[in-house]
Amino acid sequence: MAVNPVKHEMPAQKPEVRARNFREVALGYPMEIALEEARRCLNCKNRPCVSGCPVNINIPDFISRIKEEDFEGAYRIITQSSSLPAVCGRVCPQETQCESQCTLHVRAKMDPVGIGRLERFVADWHNANSQEKPTPPASNGHRVAVVGAGPSGLTCAGDLAKKGYQVTIYEALHTAGGVLIYGIPEFRLPKAIVAKEVETLKELGVQVETNVIIGKTLTVDELFEMGFEAVFIGSGAGLPNFMNIPGEALKGVYSANEFLTRSNLMKAYEENPHTPIMKGGRVVVVGGGNVAMDAARTALRLGAEKVYIVYRRSMEELPARREEVEHAEEEGIDFRLLCNPTEILGYQNPEDPRDPKNGFVTGIRCIRMELGEPDASGRRRPVEVPGSEFTLEADTVIIAIGTSPNPLIKNTTEGLEVNRRGGIIINEEGLTSRENVYAGGDAVTGAATVISAMGAGKVAAKAIHEAIGG
Amino acid sequence: MYRIASRKVLNPSMIQLEVEAPLVARKAKPGQFIILRVNEEGERIPLTVAGTDPAAGTVKIIFQVVGATTELLKYKMEGDFLQDFVGPLGLPTHTEGIRSVCVVGGGAGCAIAMPVAEEFHRLGAEVTSIIGFRNKDLLILEDEFRSFSDELVVMTDDGSYGRHGNVTVPLKEMLEAGKHFDMIITIGPLIMMKFVVAAAKPFGVPVTVSMNPIMIDGTGMCGGCRITLVRDGQRVTKFACVDGPDFNGYEIDFDEAMSRGRMYAEYERHAYEEACNLMQKNIAG
Repeated sequence: MAVNPVKHEMPAQKPEVRARNFREVALGYPMEIALEEARRCLNCKNRPCVSGCPVNINIPDFISRIKEEDFEGAYRIITQSSSLPAVCGRVCPQETQCESQCTLHVRAKMDPVGIGRLERFVADWHNANSQEKPTPPASNGHRVAVVGAGPSGLTCAGDLAKKGYQVTIYEALHTAGGVLIYGIPEFRLPKAIVAKEVETLKELGVQVETNVIIGKTLTVDELFEMGFEAVFIGSGAGLPNFMNIPGEALKGVYSANEFLTRSNLMKAYEENPHTPIMKGGRVVVVGGGNVAMDAARTALRLGAEKVYIVYRRSMEELPARREEVEHAEEEGIDFRLLCNPTEILGYQNPEDPRDPKNGFVTGIRCIRMELGEPDASGRRRPVEVPGSEFTLEADTVIIAIGTSPNPLIKNTTEGLEVNRRGGIIINEEGLTSRENVYAGGDAVTGAATVISAMGAGKVAAKAIHEAIGG
Repeated sequence: MYRIASRKVLNPSMIQLEVEAPLVARKAKPGQFIILRVNEEGERIPLTVAGTDPAAGTVKIIFQVVGATTELLKYKMEGDFLQDFVGPLGLPTHTEGIRSVCVVGGGAGCAIAMPVAEEFHRLGAEVTSIIGFRNKDLLILEDEFRSFSDELVVMTDDGSYGRHGNVTVPLKEMLEAGKHFDMIITIGPLIMMKFVVAAAKPFGVPVTVSMNPIMIDGTGMCGGCRITLVRDGQRVTKFACVDGPDFNGYEIDFDEAMSRGRMYAEYERHAYEEACNLMQKNIAG
């Protein structure tokens, strides 16, 4: 039987509808389509997809189970490698990982198998239909503390709990999930799904202590005094970067972290929220990563008339996932590429210093750029075009140009070495410069992806097991 | 959940709570703050630690009813629970090497200034305190300040108690009379702190100000609490939650901080009115 060369589309809300609501954009494969998509997998011998996955999910095996309509079996195979299948099926950049290695794609120049969509199907099927609860394994008597309940911490905790470790996760915020809760919006990753994955970890015996800031409430050294034998630091990305241009302190200028935290964690998108957020009007988002896409699409759903993305390079260099960019374009986000902000403009009534509009954003000055020679990163360096400045009117400006690692743990943990940018230094096993202290995720790399953080949590869990479990 | 161990009304708009939070009580130092949420839907608000009892595991906070969240908090009684309570956040007030200090507090800021005066007193420094209020009814913590201060001056804007006028009046008098302070620490409304800095400037006395900007997480993630310092002619962005809340008063861009503090003024006013209406309905119903 000939293989269908095209990956099955996933049903999605229509752009004009979804641009005004916070419900999930992509609706997932129905069973029939999942079965057909699974049948596209050749189950080839060398399994290149597995090595393309940062947590090495046994992809051909779980897809074979789908073909047999053994969805729970497929789920069990995925969870041997991943603690957050419903999350990964949604937010992993599969097109540059497992799917980019797919034989259909590499050898036959067809669309790769829709591995991410199938993973999501399996996880959603399990969450909707399975009553199976994981049974906590017998305790091995070893205790491990995990700092931060984001993707790397949850993964590390899950892997260790499955081996019998007593794991306690300390989370600074009031809800577990890290960036999955405060950063990634509801329409891309429903919070109920994150809560369900955390619940599954708790059923495995993982304890989650919210409202504890390691580096403040407790230090890493105190965790050892409390009897933990190893500590994994997955404290995530830290302070937002700004551009250091005039006007960044005007009212209506947000970091993407603040804007998204207000909307996601504090639920400012709901009616009559307790936490305020500026909404409506014209919004300019500066930056080209996934976070910029999330901020722009959130602003649109909060009721903006017009949303721009301003990015200094071209579409080719734009770092966000292709799928997110396409979704944003379909929803009407206006991309102003090869543009760089030079100043944010604000209102000031010269007649009345008490005018309530004083100090609010009115617009942003930008200059056009062209691409010159490649820089150290290999990307062509944007160069200003003299005399090309122009103004975009705006009520809100959101800066989404990355973050710098959080200093709280470094400042309170003697002997913990960090690099020039403040990222914690680790070896290939995730071990830091301190004995039995491991780290991974954005706290090490700076802002990166959910799955790479999960991969780091996994590597550290394995190393911790070898160090203290033997 | 965090239990309220005691509740005390200090004046018509200010309430003191002792909250059971043993880990925070063990660590918190003067100058640091906590963040709390009243209920499951609540916003996160920062409040300065007004004292701790590590043995009892309680943390004292003092708040003024100014918006929707503090209006809700007002109705939490002894034995009730708060949804979330996390800390200690920020850096403690710098005390090292300071032998004589002038603590200048205004209004609700006195709740923050009091533990600072107490700490310096405990460390053996000479403490002069100047505290100011709009009127006699709003006066708080006078006894505490008196017991921690070598000299205390109480000011009211309308002259209904203590001396008539604002806090800069006695401060200037003292400085002009040649009184020496290693440090002036001022905590209160931004406009008051701005004037304290201006009053101290001709005398070259270092001034520390305690900033209380809008923030969400308080751990160095959201960036909402950013403050601009002007240092050697350069504008530098700092974050009150991890770099502060105390800053060098001579470097702060007060006008910008005042403007940013009013970002949600309109929203807050509506939310406050709604919270008040809701409470009245509940009481009437």
